[in-house]
Amino acid sequence: MSTPERDKPWLMRTYSGHSSAKVSNELYRTNLSKGQTGLSVAFDLPTQTGYDADHPLARGEVGKVGVPICNISDMEMLFDQIPLSKMNTSMTINATAAWLLALYVATAERQGVAPVQLQGTTQNDILKEYLSRGTYIFPPVPSVRLTTDIIAYTVKNIPRWNPTNICSYHLQEAGATPMQELAYAISTAIAILDAVRESGQTSVEGLEQVVGRISFFVNSGIRFIEEACKMRAFSELWDRLTHERYSVQSEEMRRFRYGVQVNSLGLTEAQPENNVQRIVLEMLGVSLSKKARARAIQLPAWNEALGLPRPWDQQWALRMQQVLVFETDLLEYSDIFDGSPVISDKVKLLVDGATQEIARVQEHGGMIQAIESGYVKRQLVNSHTERMRSIESGSLKIVGLNCYQETEESPLTCGKDSGIMRVDPHAEHEQIERLNAFRAKRNINDVNIALASLSETARNGSNIMLPSILCAHAGVTTGEWAQALRDIFGEYRAHTGIDIPLNDDTRSARVAEIRMQVSKTGEELGRPLRLLIGKPGLDGHSNGAEQIAVKGRDVGFEIVYEGIRLTPEQIAKAALEEGVHLIGLSVLSGSHIEMIEDVFSQLNKIGLKGLPIVIGGIIPESDARLLRENGVAAVYTPKDIDMNRIMVDILNLIRRTNNLEPVLI
Amino acid sequence: MSRIILPEPELLAIAVSGQDRLALANALNLLDDRRPDVRKCAATFLDALLVHQPESIGHLIGITGPPGVGKSSLTSALIKVWRKRGFRVAVLAVDPSSQISSGALLGDRLRMHDSGTDTDVFIRSLACRGESGGLSAEVWPMSMVMLAAFDIVLVETVGIGQKEIDVSKMTDTTCFVVQPASGDSIQFLKAGIMEVPHVIVVNKEDIGVSALKTLSELQNSLRRQTDKEGWQVQALSVSAVLCNGIESLADLLDSHRLWLLENGKFAAHRQRCQSEWLVKHLREEFGNYGIGLLGGEDAISQCLAASAPRRSPISEYESIRDLTIHAMKIKN
Ligand code: B12
Ligand SMILES: Nc1nc2c(ncn2[C@@H]2O[C@H](COP(=O)(O)OP(=O)(O)OP(=O)(O)O)[C@@H](O)[C@H]2O)c(=O)[nH]1
Ligand SMILES: [Mg+2]
Repeated sequence: MSTPERDKPWLMRTYSGHSSAKVSNELYRTNLSKGQTGLSVAFDLPTQTGYDADHPLARGEVGKVGVPICNISDMEMLFDQIPLSKMNTSMTINATAAWLLALYVATAERQGVAPVQLQGTTQNDILKEYLSRGTYIFPPVPSVRLTTDIIAYTVKNIPRWNPTNICSYHLQEAGATPMQELAYAISTAIAILDAVRESGQTSVEGLEQVVGRISFFVNSGIRFIEEACKMRAFSELWDRLTHERYSVQSEEMRRFRYGVQVNSLGLTEAQPENNVQRIVLEMLGVSLSKKARARAIQLPAWNEALGLPRPWDQQWALRMQQVLVFETDLLEYSDIFDGSPVISDKVKLLVDGATQEIARVQEHGGMIQAIESGYVKRQLVNSHTERMRSIESGSLKIVGLNCYQETEESPLTCGKDSGIMRVDPHAEHEQIERLNAFRAKRNINDVNIALASLSETARNGSNIMLPSILCAHAGVTTGEWAQALRDIFGEYRAHTGIDIPLNDDTRSARVAEIRMQVSKTGEELGRPLRLLIGKPGLDGHSNGAEQIAVKGRDVGFEIVYEGIRLTPEQIAKAALEEGVHLIGLSVLSGSHIEMIEDVFSQLNKIGLKGLPIVIGGIIPESDARLLRENGVAAVYTPKDIDMNRIMVDILNLIRRTNNLEPVLI
Repeated sequence: MSRIILPEPELLAIAVSGQDRLALANALNLLDDRRPDVRKCAATFLDALLVHQPESIGHLIGITGPPGVGKSSLTSALIKVWRKRGFRVAVLAVDPSSQISSGALLGDRLRMHDSGTDTDVFIRSLACRGESGGLSAEVWPMSMVMLAAFDIVLVETVGIGQKEIDVSKMTDTTCFVVQPASGDSIQFLKAGIMEVPHVIVVNKEDIGVSALKTLSELQNSLRRQTDKEGWQVQALSVSAVLCNGIESLADLLDSHRLWLLENGKFAAHRQRCQSEWLVKHLREEFGNYGIGLLGGEDAISQCLAASAPRRSPISEYESIRDLTIHAMKIKN
């Protein structure tokens, strides 16, 4: 047997972008010069949810977790001196994917590059937004229509574009097991392919092309053997599905192609240097098996749970990939798992489990209905609750977090930036100024004509891409594009999935004890204790809020939780109407300072001064101090894994506020 | 020990009638409170409120139906229509609480989110706290308070099957929501086991043709059905998410209110609601035995109807409760 050729290295990317198009452009060019082979653009939350930088909901979020793109001039700036004919660009964009792709195409045209030459990916998987990622805008049905429009457009006009990346990555980040990841990703693919077929925008051969262009964005957790098996299971399931359901004959077109971001949910705030080992091991899961090897990999940084990574942190993550690719012998062998009965048994187990769950989703009427009814979200919240309970109890060991906690002081976090990147606080203001200048310069007539044709197309069901490209050239802004569609499609709020059955843990002695005290305090105060769990701003990280809500219910509180994306005004209003005893906020997007300020001022305005507030999320210690000084009763971060403890704290806080002695539990 | 700081009932009543939102919230908290001293204060407050609002002709609407049929979405759609028409709306959303623990997840607000910052809309959730009938003891008094400050008060409860639509006994107009092709509810209606609602809504008409079929089935079987008072039951189909048919639904609900008013039945209907509520809770507290001591359900209702002027629910309840205890003492 001859030795196979050394496998080609995968695309190495770093997910990045912040502050402004100009700053991000410089960052990209530096990254490319360091040997990064593709771009992966992170957009800020206003851009992802279709708001301009000066919208009230955008306050505190502009340029924070990604680059703000309000119009074509921002997009041109972002790719200044980066030739789009040569670049492979991945854009993590979903609800507004059609718009950002339109801006990209228009920018290319202005660089003199024709659409056929473009290469890259739009994430464009709206269904997992309702389940995990949270940047949806419209209801599922019109959203899926936008997805199919992008697919139909790119297959015809940008043949080397990956129009959609079906994502299981975010499902694992919301608690999914490997089996669930497989099942829900494949169910999503079914929903999308069925929609493409029904849209009548492609012929039978066209559908084969579409299948060939669909790629996946997958997660890889710390149990890397199982993860390697999951990738093989994915290949099998995809091959079977596309062959049987969509009659794709060409094996080439049926190949399971995927990119990866490795697991971040398991990366810890405690002893953060350990995250480096975790990241490297997780990378093995998606690279060991040649048959099911990733096409592109992006890695988080060691300081994932602390805050945003600095350029040096990202460089370190890139170097991990380079060491694996260039120093080790990984790429020299054919598949090292072929023929292993252990592996094939495990793969079979996953395939069978997933097949059953896929059938269950079909019984619910398919993925869209199973999302609308809350079924899938409940399954995820359930899995995540189980995970949290086993971390709490110690049956799932996480080094440095729930075992081996003793540590020397880390030199990594003692610098004056505490080891994270802080976005320039002026970025928001500057972006608003640029936006206003842009608005002043454009021809408003062109804008109105372009928007009218966009609305008309949205109504009559033709492909949305062409009028969107027209809008891009005419100088329409992100907020205007999205608002035009909001007016027609309406807005949506996804299921929270927290109405899961009681967990076994609720029968434990400790929970019973807390529940009794909660109920007793309720009697002392005359009525059952009520908590409002609020997620202010555009932040979509719902895991923490969901877990606190479920735990709160389990220990006997009455919980009011309305899901993500509330304004401080809405939170204050709900607190008043519901007569709650305490407000618990969860903010992971980094805009906690602005949000707390606004919530306090809204509460004061309506006469609820003095209502106790606690907050949890990604909050650096220096900010936590500031928050406490400003009247926040308690601040929690990812290292606070003892949820029962948190519940007792909350109970005692309510007692103290009402002049009752704290209880000792 | 926490000191109970009681509000001044008179002032609170004035503030609530003056549509003060914070006062309304405090009043609802007061009615939720089970401590004996507080209950006395609540009774005084409700009496005071009656003085300020002797005859509220606001509309109290119950919306019920099986889990997940779209009651909250429908409420949200109705709110939009009513707001456009200039009405101020309050909602009491009753959620089933979990079994073992007394905790609860109150999720209905989520679907009513559109009115998130409108101060002319007020939504209070209520856990049903283990009571049968899908209705909490607090619902009736709370509705009365909300009516003092809002034009329309809507009570959402989960209800399936026969005796689970208690809400119809405690509202001016009851609206029962069904899903297309939902055999069970329709069988109950047809077989006449279920209390007849005033309006039946087939929701989710956007998901296919079966909504129309369900509607025509309903219309056939309801052709000559009237409620105790002679109202001809009406059915229509809507889509809550697309806001289709919601204007007609709002009209229909209002036409029932007008019908009650025009036929001089409105006040009597309210009075009957109150005695239903009262008897229900008397039965929960003293069982059939207690009701029997007072001469049975009808005797109580008649006695209540005769007592003029109308009194607030808690005072009325407390005095009947005293009577019952007294009667029990004599018996023993
Ligand atoms: C999981 C995750 C996701 C998931 C979220 C899934 C979901 N539905 O929640 C996905 C993959 C979708 C995601 C997406 C993004 N993410 Co993310 N994500 C994470 C990650 C890895 C874990 C967060 C988590 O869920 N932990 C588990 C929960 C249970 O923990 P927790 O929320 O911290 O809650 C605990 C305590 O904090 C506390 N608590 C929390 N809330 C509350 C509330 C109350 C009342 C109380 C009492 C306690 C409490 O109690 C909990 C129990 O221990 C963190 C990094 C990390 N390891 O922490 C990044 C992180 C939060 N993400 C980040 C970013 C930037 C994003 C994106 C915005 C990227 C982009 N540009 O598109 C997107 C968009 C998301 C959006 N719409 O806002 C950044 C935020 C940076 C910052 N704050 O400066 C982080 C820190 C990663 C990083 N270093 O860059 N993410
Ligand atoms: N297609 C469609 N879906 C609807 C409609 N109305 C509600 N839904 C969906 O049905 C689900 C349940 O809606 P809710 O309004 O929460 O129903 P509910 O009856 O209040 O539910 P519970 O309070 O839990 O009993 C949600 O996913 C809604 O989006 C409708 O008119 N059409
Ligand atoms: Mg509801």
